[in-house]
Amino acid sequence: MNGIPFDLQILNVLAALFLLLSFSMLAQRRIVTLVNLLAIQGLILFIATVLLAWRTGETHLYLSAALTLGLKVIGLPWLLHQLIRKLDVYWDTEPLINPSATMLIGLLIVIFAFGLAQPISALASTATRNTLGIAIAVILLAFLTMITRRKAMSQVVGFLSMENGLFFGAMSATYGMPMVVELGVALDVLVAMLVLGVFFFQIREQFDSLDLRHFETLKEDE
Amino acid sequence: MPYATLNLCLVLLAAWVVIGFTGLLRPASVGFAGRALFPLGALCGAALAIVAVLGLPIPPERVILPFGLPDLPFHLRRDALSSVFLALLGGASAGISVFSAGYFRQGAGTLPGLLCFQYHVFLASMGVVLLADDAYAFMVAWETMALSSYFLVTTQHRIPDIRRAGFIYLLMAHLGAVAILLSFGVMQGTSWQFTFDAMRATVLDPTWASIAFLLAFFGFGAKAGIVPLHVWLPEAHPAAPSPVSALMSGVMLKTAIYGVLRVTFDLLGEPLWWWGLVALAFGLFTAFYGVIFAAVQTDMKRLLAWSSIENIGLIFTGIGLTIIFHGLSMKSLAALALLATLYHSVNHAFIKSLLFLGTGAVLHATGERNLGRLGGLIRRMPWVAWLTLIGALAIAGLPPLNGFVSEWLLLQAFLFANAVPRPFISMLLPLGAAIVAFCAALSGYVMVKFFGVIFLGQPRESKLAEAHDAGFLERIGLVWLALGCFALGLLPVQVISRLEFVSRYLIGADFGARRTEWWLLAPSVARQASYSPLVFFGVGTAVVMLTVWLVRAFYHRGVRRSAVWDCGFVRLNARMQDTAEGFGQPIRHVFQQFFLMERKLPTPFDKAPQYHLVLADRIWRGCYVPIGKLVRKIADVAALLQQGRISTYLTYSFITLIALLMVVL
Repeated sequence: MNGIPFDLQILNVLAALFLLLSFSMLAQRRIVTLVNLLAIQGLILFIATVLLAWRTGETHLYLSAALTLGLKVIGLPWLLHQLIRKLDVYWDTEPLINPSATMLIGLLIVIFAFGLAQPISALASTATRNTLGIAIAVILLAFLTMITRRKAMSQVVGFLSMENGLFFGAMSATYGMPMVVELGVALDVLVAMLVLGVFFFQIREQFDSLDLRHFETLKEDE
Repeated sequence: MPYATLNLCLVLLAAWVVIGFTGLLRPASVGFAGRALFPLGALCGAALAIVAVLGLPIPPERVILPFGLPDLPFHLRRDALSSVFLALLGGASAGISVFSAGYFRQGAGTLPGLLCFQYHVFLASMGVVLLADDAYAFMVAWETMALSSYFLVTTQHRIPDIRRAGFIYLLMAHLGAVAILLSFGVMQGTSWQFTFDAMRATVLDPTWASIAFLLAFFGFGAKAGIVPLHVWLPEAHPAAPSPVSALMSGVMLKTAIYGVLRVTFDLLGEPLWWWGLVALAFGLFTAFYGVIFAAVQTDMKRLLAWSSIENIGLIFTGIGLTIIFHGLSMKSLAALALLATLYHSVNHAFIKSLLFLGTGAVLHATGERNLGRLGGLIRRMPWVAWLTLIGALAIAGLPPLNGFVSEWLLLQAFLFANAVPRPFISMLLPLGAAIVAFCAALSGYVMVKFFGVIFLGQPRESKLAEAHDAGFLERIGLVWLALGCFALGLLPVQVISRLEFVSRYLIGADFGARRTEWWLLAPSVARQASYSPLVFFGVGTAVVMLTVWLVRAFYHRGVRRSAVWDCGFVRLNARMQDTAEGFGQPIRHVFQQFFLMERKLPTPFDKAPQYHLVLADRIWRGCYVPIGKLVRKIADVAALLQQGRISTYLTYSFITLIALLMVVL
């Protein structure tokens, strides 16, 4: 580890925490905690971005760090907490696949992600290229979170976590996306959140519950 | 001045679009759309026809419009072939637009302003189809044409049957469009340039060229109504308002003819002669099938729709002959067949528009499409009756009207077919002439039934007594089209000398220098076959006038009205006249294996006897229903994927993602 400068070591630690948080989100069943974990993930993303911005001197990274802080650490979690209180959903029902099996699948996914990242990292010229595998792993784990959950709320959290992973991946591969794209994505997430918020109320109105199992009745039958 | 004609055409097309949008300003006002906008549209149409005819001798002009996607502008080009069809579009639509001005009125369907918008967009999109010089512009215009006409067909969209007819039309239009798109994809070869210039430059090997031709034939055939792709025609035409039927049958079907000619002779370059056999076989069968079905119809618009199918068959027969002659490098004969094809396209545009508008006037006056409830309308609606009679005579192929000229030219082309240097083909081709003659004769029979049952005899319903004749604007539209029929019939030499610009452009040959006099048309030597409509018309008129005068002068001295001799029956009534079913019965009997018949005959002991007859198309039951079932079966299997569970759907995405990443790995 001697060859790696101190700030990069911190960055690697942050990346590891990032991945760890994904795993805890995969296992977590309390929705309030899930949202908190998302907020912490956002916080790590924020710190990592600031660190990277300081290291590379890219000014637009500061801006995206500010965006991360405002949107992902404060804005969306607050919004989600509001929704949880209003909709009165604190617990997800038991997941579709049991937690230990999910964890094992998650492990396989991480290995797969690192294998996938190998050739890309070799090509990338950024200082942070080693963390690309983690980013991909986070994206896939978030996807897995979405698959295994029953409540619409936890799926949204999974979706936002996936976005975090994407952001992290872009940062580690090319020091962030172009500003326009980043702004666009941020706006998309915000809008998606608002739309989904409206949907939640509609879904509850319709089915008296946020459980997605009720959607199966929507299927068209002969 | 270069590009003048093309630019004028574009200005007129743009004017149509502007008129359409103006209609949206006051969508609910019949007066505004009808009295102001539609006549303006008609003026644009007439101007377009004049510009296009004058532009025929001018060499191709092109222009690139900066529309469309970035790096993909619209290429437009006007040459002799597009000019002929533009003239057809302008000429026929002028009459139809004037008629529409008086026809559309407040009803339950689409608002008049919106209708005006759809109508003019439809016209303009057909114009762009004819001018397009790259696949992109062509497809955009083609689809605009399909969509705008779909909305026009479903004007009365509150009626379920009409929605169904519209759906079938849209489905067939899209099937055709897909085939055309694929054909363009094949024709660009490996250049990946979708301009028509690139396609002209690409030389395909015979297999691929044949695939491109067959795809285009299928695609354009679906639009034109080649059997077995004709099913939408007899459904859509009765559903659409009459001016729309006129426009679709008279003009839109011809854009498909244009497409086939463009692809075969221009884009593919040298057609293979056996393609002609395909087109010929389908054309003859379509003509035959169309005319026997027309003979047994009882709905007047459905009858005309089937008659359109017959005429499209004849046109495709002409195209087939042209390809055969051209492929065997018999240029002069190919030019003759091509001229017959183009001539018949133009003729059919005028005649069929006239007839459809005539049915529209009848429909408005009586509210009845069923032939069994019409009759005797010549007294109530003399204008419509006499003008429709001109159309009926023309489509039956009687001289001196225009239908005769083109059918005669087509037969002449057939009679030279024994010169084809292929055994069997040269022997079998003249048999085609027999089928063409059969169709011409039977279409005369159909028209006797059409005209006789609607306009002659006694009214079959009491409400027909209140029928009123067409309004002023409607009459102008009908007269315009009838004059077109006369002009095209009486001046064939002049028309052909114009059409020859196309044959020179596409085939590199013309009719030859065998034209002797300006009033005498002779495809080979005048001694063998020649036709002089003016003389025929003059002598015919003189003979008729003389006879009438003689009869009046020496025989009755005036018209005497007396009771009909009733063969000893008492109380003859209008129900005892020959009906449409009765008139078509011999044809139904002779060709019964072509019809799917469902008949309920009354027994002699019925108190209230009822006769019920439904004739269906075997092709629908035998071809489309099985395909529909197959599609449904596949859809059911595919529906197994749909579990209604979000987790399942997410898993699909997840697995796909992982699989794709594996590939990258």
